[in-house]
Amino acid sequence: MTIEELEQVAESVRRENAKYDHEINVCMGTGCLSQHSDQLKDALAAEVAKQGKNAMVRRTGCMGLCAAGPLVLVDPQEILYQHVKTENAAAVAASLGAEPVAELQCNLRDHFDQQVHIVLENSGHIDPEKIDDYISRDGYKALLTVLTEMTPNGVIHRVTESGLRGRGGGGYPTGLKWSTVAKAKSDVKYVICNGDEGDPGAFMDRSVLESDPQRVVEGMAIAAYAVGASKGFVYVRAEYPLAVSRLTAAIRDARRRGLLGNDICGTPFSFDVEIRLGAGAFVCGEETALIASIEGRRGTPEPRPPYPAVSGLWGKPTLINNVETFANIAPIIRNGGRWFASIGSERSKGTKVFALTGKITNTGLVEVPMGIKLREIIEVIGGGVPGGHKFKAVQTGGPSGGCIPEELLDIGVSYDALLKIGSIMGSGGMIVMDDTSCMVNVARFFVEFCKTESCGKCVPCRAGTAQMFTLLSRICDGTGTMHDLELLEDLCVTVKETSLCGLGQTAPNPVLSTLKYFRNEYMEHIVDKRCAAGVCNMQVPAEVVA
Amino acid sequence: MSLAPPQLPSDDKRWKIVNGTMRKNGFARHALIETLHTVQSSFGYLDDDSIRFVARSLRVPLSQAYGVVTFYHYFSLKPPGKHTCTICTGTACYIKGSDKLLAAAERHLRIAQGETTQDGEISLMTARCVGACGRAPVMLADGELHGLVSSDEMMAQLERWAVK
Repeated sequence: MTIEELEQVAESVRRENAKYDHEINVCMGTGCLSQHSDQLKDALAAEVAKQGKNAMVRRTGCMGLCAAGPLVLVDPQEILYQHVKTENAAAVAASLGAEPVAELQCNLRDHFDQQVHIVLENSGHIDPEKIDDYISRDGYKALLTVLTEMTPNGVIHRVTESGLRGRGGGGYPTGLKWSTVAKAKSDVKYVICNGDEGDPGAFMDRSVLESDPQRVVEGMAIAAYAVGASKGFVYVRAEYPLAVSRLTAAIRDARRRGLLGNDICGTPFSFDVEIRLGAGAFVCGEETALIASIEGRRGTPEPRPPYPAVSGLWGKPTLINNVETFANIAPIIRNGGRWFASIGSERSKGTKVFALTGKITNTGLVEVPMGIKLREIIEVIGGGVPGGHKFKAVQTGGPSGGCIPEELLDIGVSYDALLKIGSIMGSGGMIVMDDTSCMVNVARFFVEFCKTESCGKCVPCRAGTAQMFTLLSRICDGTGTMHDLELLEDLCVTVKETSLCGLGQTAPNPVLSTLKYFRNEYMEHIVDKRCAAGVCNMQVPAEVVA
Repeated sequence: MSLAPPQLPSDDKRWKIVNGTMRKNGFARHALIETLHTVQSSFGYLDDDSIRFVARSLRVPLSQAYGVVTFYHYFSLKPPGKHTCTICTGTACYIKGSDKLLAAAERHLRIAQGETTQDGEISLMTARCVGACGRAPVMLADGELHGLVSSDEMMAQLERWAVK
C-alpha cells in the first residue's frame, strides 16, 4: 500500500459518509454496552429505515462520559444524547433534520470544552472494527511517511523533540528509551506494548484498545522501524475481553492491508504483532515481570540492570511502552515534535488521559493538557462531588500513588508536581473520595491489594506488606496503639527503600500520603476509637473509652 | 531430537482445541500460559490431568507448570458452579461500597468468596477491576456486566438463579 492508495481508501470512506445527511454514532464501549447499546444501535438502524431518514448508524468506541451512558452522538450537528434507551430510538430518528430531542440532550459544555483530545481524537467517531474508518482519519499516514521518507534516527529525533514521557506512570522520556534500544547491537529486537492495566480504578488502556486499536498498532510499527525490531507483542489483560477481540480484529485487518507483515508497503521493513493474554497478576505491569510472563513463566521481576532495552525478551533488546504512549506516536509524527511540545507544562508535554471515578458526578474518561489544575479536572470537568457531600481527597496512581487533600488541588498535573506531594501520575486512575470515605480504611484497602499481589520474591515486599496490613487492620478495628503507628511508619520506609521492584517500592505510598495529610484520622482511630466516616467497625465502642 | 507429543487424554473434542493452540505456537515452552488459557476457556478450570498433559506436551517440568497455574489469579483449579457471580473489588467499586455487596452475597449464599455453593449452582468470585469504573459498583453475572448495582438487584439475580 502506498500513500496514494491510502488516500484513495480515505477518499472512498469520505465519499461514502458524504452520501448521508446524518451520522448517528452509538457508543459501544464496555460501559455503554453493559446498558445494551448494541440493541439500541439495532433499534436506531431500524427506525432510520422505517422513517426513511438518510442517515448512517455507526458503532463507535468510548465517548468518555460513562456516567451518562448509553451515549449517542449525532453528526454533523454534534448533538450528544445521554441515557438513550431503545424506546427512545424513534424520537431520535424523528429528530434528524428537525429539533433535537430536548429531554435526552446532554449539555455538558464544561465537561468537553476543557479537554484536548490527541489520544482519544478518534474515540467515538470511528468504528473500531473498521480499518478504513481509521484510515479516513489520517490513519497509517504516519507509518507510511516514516517508512518512505524518514530514517530511524529521524523518527527518534522527532519523538525526543516532542518531549513525550512514558504514560504507564514512570514518566521515562520515550525518545531516550527508543534511542537506547536502537543503539543496542543485536540481529533480533522486540517491541512490547504494555496493556496490563492492573491498577484498579483505571481504564484508559482498555478504552483506547476498544475504541481505536489501529492507533496502537501503528504506533508500535513506527517504534519497531525506529529501533530496528521486526516482532511485537501486545500484552493485554484477560479481564478485557472486548479490548482483546477488537485488537485481534485490528491486527488481522492491518495484515490484510499489508500494513503488518513482510515488506510493508513495498519497503524492506517487516513487522508483525502478536497478542499475549495476561492472567491476573498486577506485578506483570512491571517490565521485567511482564517479559517473564510473555516467556510463559511466573511473572516475577528481575533486578535491573540489565534493562530490557539491552537484554529483555529472550535476552534480546526490547522496547516496552504503554498503550497510551504508543497511541501518541502517530499524531507526533504527523504534526511534528514541536507541535506536541507546545501542549502541556514545562517538563510534562502533551495530554494525559485520566479515568475519573469514585464520588464524582461525571465519571468517565477525560483527556486534558498536562499542567491543568486538579481542581479544574474535579470541579469543572468532573462536575464536583454529588449528593451534597464534601470533597475529601483524590487518589492518583492507584496502589502506587497517594491521596491528595483539598488544599493541594491547585497544583498543576505533571509527573514532577505529583511526585513532590507524595503521589505519582501513575497510569491515569483518578478516584475521588468524599466525607463518607475513611482514609485509614483506604490505606488498608491498597495495602491489602499489594499484599495479595506481591509476587513473593523479595522479603521486604512479601513480609512487609503483610505486616503493614496487620498494623492497619488493628488501627481500623480500634485496637491499634501509638506504638503500632510508629512501627507502621518505620516499616513503610523500610519497604520503600529495600524492595526489589516498583510494586514494593511504591506500596507504602498510600499509607505515607494519608499519614501526611490525614493524620488526624489515624489519631481518631487510635485515641478516640472512632471512625468519623463510619466505615470501620470498631471493636472497642467509643463510649467505653470515654 | 524431538519427542512426539503425547496422546490426547481422551477423545473429548475440546482437547483438539487445546492441542491447536500448542501447535500454532510450535509446541514452544513459552506457549504455556496461552495454552492454559485455552484449557480454562474450554473446560472452565484446570484439573491435574490437563496440567499434566500440557506440561508434557510442551516439555515443561510439571512443577513449573503448576507454579504458573498457582501464580496467576485468573487460573482456577476448581470447577466453577453453573452460574458465576463476580463482584468487582477495584478501587472505584470499593469507594462505591462493593465490600457491602460482597458481604451480602456471602451471607446470602453462605459461602466465602472464591467458593461454590454445595449444590454446585453458584460460584461467588471477586475481580481486581474489570475496567468499567465509570459504572461502579460493578458485578458480572455469568460474564455479563451490570453497572451501578444495588444490593437488591444483586439479590434478585441470585434468587433467579436459585429458582431455575
